[in-house]
Formats: sequence, C-alpha cells, structure tokens
Amino acid sequence: MPVTVPSALEAQIEELIARYPQKRSAAVMVLHALQDHFGCLAPETMEWAAAKLELQPINILELVTFYPMFRQAPVGRFHLKVCRTLSCALAGSHELHRHLCEKLGLDRHAHGPQTTPDGKFTVEFVECLAGCGTAPVLMCNDACHEGVTLAQAEALLAQCEGG
Amino acid sequence: MPSEYRLILKHLDQPGYTPDLDCYLRHDGYHVLRQALALAPRPGPDGKPISPQEQLRHEVTLSGLRGRGGAGFSCGLKWSLVDRKSGKPIYLVCNADESEPGTFKDRQVIYKDPHQLLEGLILSSYANDVHLAYIYIRGEFVEGARILERALAEARAQGFLGRNILGSGYDLEVYVHRGAGAYICGEETGLLESLEGKRPYPRVKPPYFPAVLGLYLCPTIVNNVETLCAVKHVMALGGAEYAKLGTPNNTGTRLVSLSGHIQRPGYYEIEVGKVTLGELIFDPAFGNGLRPSRRLKAIIPGGVSAKIFKAGEKVKVKRPGPDGRELEQTLDVLELPYDFTSLTAAGSMSGSGAIIVLDDTTDMVSALANISEFFAHESCGQCTPCREGSLWLAKALRRLTQGAGRAQDAEYLARIADSIPGGRTICAFGEACSWPVQSTVAKFKDEFVARGKDHEARRTAAAQAGETAK
Ligand SMILES: Cc1cc2nc3c(=O)[nH]c(=O)nc-3n(C[C@H](O)[C@H](O)[C@H](O)COP(=O)(O)O)c2cc1C
Ligand code: SF4
Ligand code: FES
Repeated sequence: MPVTVPSALEAQIEELIARYPQKRSAAVMVLHALQDHFGCLAPETMEWAAAKLELQPINILELVTFYPMFRQAPVGRFHLKVCRTLSCALAGSHELHRHLCEKLGLDRHAHGPQTTPDGKFTVEFVECLAGCGTAPVLMCNDACHEGVTLAQAEALLAQCEGG
Repeated sequence: MPSEYRLILKHLDQPGYTPDLDCYLRHDGYHVLRQALALAPRPGPDGKPISPQEQLRHEVTLSGLRGRGGAGFSCGLKWSLVDRKSGKPIYLVCNADESEPGTFKDRQVIYKDPHQLLEGLILSSYANDVHLAYIYIRGEFVEGARILERALAEARAQGFLGRNILGSGYDLEVYVHRGAGAYICGEETGLLESLEGKRPYPRVKPPYFPAVLGLYLCPTIVNNVETLCAVKHVMALGGAEYAKLGTPNNTGTRLVSLSGHIQRPGYYEIEVGKVTLGELIFDPAFGNGLRPSRRLKAIIPGGVSAKIFKAGEKVKVKRPGPDGRELEQTLDVLELPYDFTSLTAAGSMSGSGAIIVLDDTTDMVSALANISEFFAHESCGQCTPCREGSLWLAKALRRLTQGAGRAQDAEYLARIADSIPGGRTICAFGEACSWPVQSTVAKFKDEFVARGKDHEARRTAAAQAGETAK
C-alpha cells in the first residue's frame, strides 16, 4: 500500500531538498522528517523517499540499516535512551537502565530497544550523549535529562504514565 | 593560582544571557563580522593588493590556532591547503557531531550561544570565499538543531546571512544538517559522505583530502565548532594578540570537558598549556579533587580514544627551557601542561579536550570493556582489521567481565590491538579503538592477568566439584 504523505510534510520535505545542490544529500534529513511523522520507516515510506530523491530503494534501506536513530518498527510513545558509555557507567547508568527495565517489566539483558506490551515505553542503551559532566544521562523522546537519580527516573515514568 | 580564562565561554553562563540574537547584539555580537566585511584591500609588499579575505586568513595563520576537534591540526595551514584554482565552489562544513565519549563542550556553545558559532562560521566562510556552508550536528542534539535553525533565521532576517550580507555584496547560505546517531560521522570524510546522503564510510586519503576533493568532490573546509568560535576571537583580537594567549605552538584558549570520579565535573576554558593535568583534576577552580578518601587510579586525557595514564606514571617530555633550547624533562603525568604538544610527547593526546578521571574504586577490566564495546558498536565496517578487531577486543573483554576469562587474555588483547592500527585502516578509528586497549592492558596488566587466572581457577574448581559429586 503506498503511503500518504500529507501535503504540509511534503512541502517541508521539498524545502529540505532545496537546501542542497544534489537531492541525495537531503536523504538523512528527509528520513528524520518521515520517521517523526510516521513513527518508523516502513518499506513503503522508504520507497516514497527513494522516489522523491530520485534514488533506488536500496539507497534508502542502506541508510536506515546503518544509522542507529532510524528504525523499521515502531517504538513506544515514550522512548527512553540511557547512555551506557564510560562516564555515565561510572555514575550508575547501568543501575539506572536496570531500574527502568525492572519497573517496566522488561529484560535488562536484552539487546536493542524493548517496548512494553501496552506500547507506552521503549527502553534502550545508547552510546555517549555528550552530557558526560552531568552523568548519568538519558533521553526521553527529544529531551535530554541529566544527572538522573533512580528517584527522578521513577518520577519521569510516573509523569509519562500520567501524560 | 591556576584559573579559568573565559573567552568563548565569556557570556554563556551569565545570569540573563539567552541564545537569541537581541541578547547577542547587546553583547557586541556581529561586531567582528561588521569590521571584517568593511576591510579594504591593502597594498602588499610587491605593490599588488592583498584582498580582505587574504588578510583575514593571514590573521588565522598568525594566531597559531590549532583545530579543536581532535587532531590539533593548524587551522591556518588547513585553510592554506584549500584548492582555490579549481574553479569549483569551496564549501565549509562545521563539525558539530560531538561524539567522542567524554566530550560535551561544543554542546554548550550550540545550546547557549549559537550566534557566537554563527559569527565564527560566517567569518571563516567569508575569509575562504565560501557561499554555501553546512553545520553537521549529531542527531541526538534535537533541541540543539532547533536552536541553530532559529538562530539562522534570526541572522538571515537581520542581514547577517543570505544575499548581500550587511550591504557588502557577500552572499552566504548556511543550513543545519542532522546526523542520525553514528560516531563515525565525526570523522571528517565520513561526515562528508553522510552529508552527501550516503553511509558515512570514511574516504581514502590520498586522494580524498577535503581541502581538494571534499563535499561533491569540491574543495571543502571542515572545522570543529570550537575552532570556528576561536576564529571569531582571532579576528577580534588580531592573530598576533591571540597568539599571546596560551603557550608557544599551543596558542589561545581551549574548552576542557571534565568527567568521571571527580568532585566538580563540568566544562572549563583555559589558556592552552597554562594549567596542568593535575591542576585540572585537583584545583578548586577546576575539578576540586576526588571524592573523600578516594585515590587517583588513572586518567584518560583526551576522550576515550586517547591512551590512558596511570596515576604516578612518569613521562619524558622535551620542552623549551628558559633559554629557548629544548630540554628533556621527566615529569609526573599530573605535572604535564594541558596542551597538544606535551600530551603527545607523553605518549597520549589531548584529543577532544575531554578528561575522564578514574579513582581507586574503578575496575580497569570493566572500564576497558565499556570503552571497547563502544568501538565495536561504532566501527563502520569497511576495513577488516577494524571491523573484526574491534569486535574481538570487545568479546574478549566481555568474557573477562563475565567469568569466562583466561590468563592469556591480556596477551591476546594486546596482540589484537597491535594488529589494527598503523596504516592498515582507512581512517584513524583504527588507532582510536586500539590505543585504549594497548595502554590499559600494558599499564594495568596484573589486573587483567589476575582476572583471567581467577576465572580459570573457578572453572577448575567447579569442574572438580562436578567430578566428586558424580
Ligand atoms: C573516529 C573519529 C571521530 C571524530 N569525531 C569528531 C567529532 O565528533 N567532532 C569533531 O569536531 N571532530 C571529530 N573528529 C576529527 C575530524 O575528523 C576533523 O579532524 C575535525 O573535525 C577537523 O576540525 P578542526 O581542525 O577544527 O579540529 C573525529 C575523527 C575521527 C578519526
Ligand atoms: S578504520 Fe574502522 S571506522 Fe575507519 S573506515 Fe576502517 S572500518 Fe571504518
Ligand atoms: S558518557 Fe554518557 S553522556 Fe557521555
């Protein structure tokens, strides 16, 4: 089934493409815009992007499979990315990750993003988020939270539950 | 008394300082750009006029400014290597990928003082006849990208960007380009591939030096966020005056990111080489020492790619003595001036200016396992030694943290790490993933051997217990 890209989004994407001397350059920006709108990048969405950029679908798929921020399956409404790298690890980010997994009934040893059955939360480990001075750091959707204690993490979950 | 010297960070933490254009203008913003655009050609020694652009580039050369992204390459020299005769457009790309673990300095400027970056970027573009520039920002800086977009729109509306900037006849467009979570996009040729809409596979150099064959195979300048901010101050002070800050060959100021086991983690700005590694860690003006009753165990002095120092380690460095002649000195690592030259001479590097402090509660095996996991995840996979080697390192270290280690693992790790770098890979990631392993295993070898032996002993004991139970 072909995707329906709303005209406002298509206009935004055309504006992005116009920023570059070569259309292909806009690929990552276009994929961000599409993923923000659709929640993930399904095959039809990738095909749409390829056609828009005058590329082959493989040229888009190879980006989606390389860049960690792109995904082919949806995630929860609240996407929690916990930094696993050294400075955060020294400040307890692995305990933080474990705590979030336990609270949400997820497997803390599982690889990659995990989503709660109700589709509300996704938890995953990511690499350094450039907030090492205020470790441990996590992102909840687009927002970066720094110096996160276990209590603050719980408060964040409660706030998301309420929202 | 060592202290901070805030040039780039001058305003951004002051109460009431906001990232909008009005606030920047109230603090003399875009004044340097105005002056630069008003420069007239000057007669050269041979009677031929020196263009304003050439004059500005000359100031950067005089300043001695070295790139702040990691390699410490001379900014003036980089600009002088740009192919200006090709007839192709020259592009400028700001590297705002900030993804070397331990580093969080560029983010401060992007989020709190974006116009300072833009002014430096516009000045650098003008000086190099650039009419189209991009800011490549890491994908996770979602808010940072929005802040920059807003700042660009404000600057455009006020005539600091776009066509005929401030009536000078100079045109420049700047766009924000977001990455999507891959560390290798920070490597400048990987970054350019990414900006062309491809996988960020670093390019082979030669021939693909950005200054000659960069974006769309046109001459391209790639500079770090902090470097471009420094350019603004070089042009404000004049190159010679800027060069008086810091120390010879290590001029100006530099942002330092301090993290790990330290009382006051955070970002600081110092005159390069005027503060020692020890002062950065222990002085109340900086890290203020370790937590009570903890002792220093190790220091990662320039992002996790840098070779680690062991507390108490003595290093030999050559430094100019009082009469200017080079003297070889033996220093404790803590006495090393924090600059490019001294850290390289001591066998490591100041890299991205990120210092991670490890105290005596740190398990070096776990710390190294954490670092190697990062590199195994981030290798782009083009070169076999890096793709396979980084994975083997991470796997061996995983074994050593999960009870399956072997006594010979220390040797094994060193052997793999030694076989990755040294011209066998396309980019410096090969070095970056080996250095922490080579240095940590060499300097803390007993811990690695003891861990492996302990695991072996446990396995033997368990096997024997199994035998007797039968
Ligand atoms: C693996 C790797 C990762 C890098 N990551 C960054 C980065 O995140 N930010 C950055 O400015 N430079 C990074 N660099 C350095 C760039 O390749 C390049 O040297 C730098 O952007 C040049 O700017 P400068 O001369 O102003 O420092 C990285 C280099 C390598 C090899
Ligand atoms: S050294 Fe590693 S990161 Fe660099 S190009 Fe080769 S495989 Fe990719
Ligand atoms: S190590 Fe977690 S933000 Fe850098």
